[in-house]
Amino acid sequence: MIYDVVILGGGPAGLAAAVEAKNAGAENVLILERDRELGGILNQCIHNGFGLHTFNEELTGPEYAERYIDQVIALNIPYLLNTMVLDLHDNGALKSIHMINEENGYLIIEARAVILTMGCRERTSGAIGIPGYRPSGVFTAGTAQRFINMEGYLPGKKVVILGSGDIGLIMARRMTLEGAHVQAVCELMPYSNGLVRNIVQCLDDYNIPLKLSHTITFIHGKDRLEGVTIAKVDEKLKVIPKTEEFIPCDTLLLSVGLIPENEITRNAGIVIDNRTNGAIVGELRQTSMPGVFACGNVVHVHDLVDFVSEEAVLAGKGAVNYINGDLASEVTFTTSNGDGIGYVVPQQVAIKNVADKVTFYMRVRQVFQDQVVNAYIGDQLIATKKEPKLLPAEMINFNITKDVLAQYPAGEIRFVVEEAR
Amino acid sequence: MMKKELTCIVCPIGCQLTIAEKAAGAYDVTGHTCKRGPQYAINEMTNPTRVIPTTVVIKNAMLPRLPVKTAEPIPKGQIFDAMAIINQVVVEAPIKTGDVVVKDLLGLGIDVVATRTMDKN
Repeated sequence: MIYDVVILGGGPAGLAAAVEAKNAGAENVLILERDRELGGILNQCIHNGFGLHTFNEELTGPEYAERYIDQVIALNIPYLLNTMVLDLHDNGALKSIHMINEENGYLIIEARAVILTMGCRERTSGAIGIPGYRPSGVFTAGTAQRFINMEGYLPGKKVVILGSGDIGLIMARRMTLEGAHVQAVCELMPYSNGLVRNIVQCLDDYNIPLKLSHTITFIHGKDRLEGVTIAKVDEKLKVIPKTEEFIPCDTLLLSVGLIPENEITRNAGIVIDNRTNGAIVGELRQTSMPGVFACGNVVHVHDLVDFVSEEAVLAGKGAVNYINGDLASEVTFTTSNGDGIGYVVPQQVAIKNVADKVTFYMRVRQVFQDQVVNAYIGDQLIATKKEPKLLPAEMINFNITKDVLAQYPAGEIRFVVEEAR
Repeated sequence: MMKKELTCIVCPIGCQLTIAEKAAGAYDVTGHTCKRGPQYAINEMTNPTRVIPTTVVIKNAMLPRLPVKTAEPIPKGQIFDAMAIINQVVVEAPIKTGDVVVKDLLGLGIDVVATRTMDKN
């Protein structure tokens, strides 16, 4: 059997993309998931705060996942669990997907369109190279989250957290609720990488200190972690001598960034953007390989799952348009990140595929007050996005209508942070 | 007049709110971008509350823990009392999302409910 759309990953992006593809008319949709159940990372994100945009109510991660899993089941979309995709090949009109699982062994299937929704993974202690020993007791925040929320193990009692990403903040509260003492959250940058609401409800509520411009300079303990040395850093992120302080602890959680998981994408020869570490995508999340789409954290790391679902709808539509021969391939616009902007997604726009607007997702490189994001084509200002405060932790959604874009034949859309005029 | 700066946590936008008590029980809130902001700020001044998401032990299911939450926000000062009660709970699969695992937590009239469905193993 040849599938219409095969989806690599059954997390929030894959579930929403599958539902959209099926609703848009794809007959044979298949989801491939390497875990023992659908839902992805949402299954361990038991905290509330999901779904305010999508469902207009505040859900926990498992509840949000279940809303989509229920739709997948109601639409009779098949899925394979415990299945690891190894490779993706382009055979022209069809893509072949190589995968392995216990039941079927090595399997090769063919699909007209493929949607990449593999998500992201955490940076580890190896990736940031903290000096010292390698005792037990050092975890990524997400691993600790899975241990506590799904497996029922508390990794330790006296905790230090490095990095103020959202998972780190959420885990500071979670470990406190379960009786651990979280002594500090250290953040290398002078600002937090997490959402403000998480600093309020996860740290401030429990009097957990957030030490900005601090890093860990040494990990102590040969078998089990015995403590960490922390120190202040200057504006060049260099350790300031004589600011070192020893904090005894049995557990160190790392919340130091997420990396889109693109081994399959790279091996397939799909072009990657070195700013996002995800595929270069168009307005319907088409990649450089015709018929292959990507959405969610595998494209760029989102802070809210609601926007992952939104992006997945685009990819689901794109895949169905492609198999119906309705996807325009001429790129009208490219996008670029000017001063103050770290990246922009999508990187390309084919105006013929745009219904009424394009939402450009981007992040600023540092904190800005009283500034706006301006979009230019050439030296023409085409749109402005006002925000009270621009934070690297909070992804910006910048909508530009088709009517505005259609006034320009082609070109580069450049986004910059500027003084409000 | 008492004035306080708050970050609204009703949704992930995180508006910076300023609340001032003009007279006893009469508040003036600024900085919000939706109508939920003033209510949040007033609650924070009078009776701050939080939803508590946590887990309980589940038997005969695929996983040993079931995620749960308080169906409504509970007073901040009673969070650890609530945890002490929730940590005693043991449930048996199958469980459906929304099933009550603790009725009337601490006499607050608020239930603790399951936040996922877990079938019998």
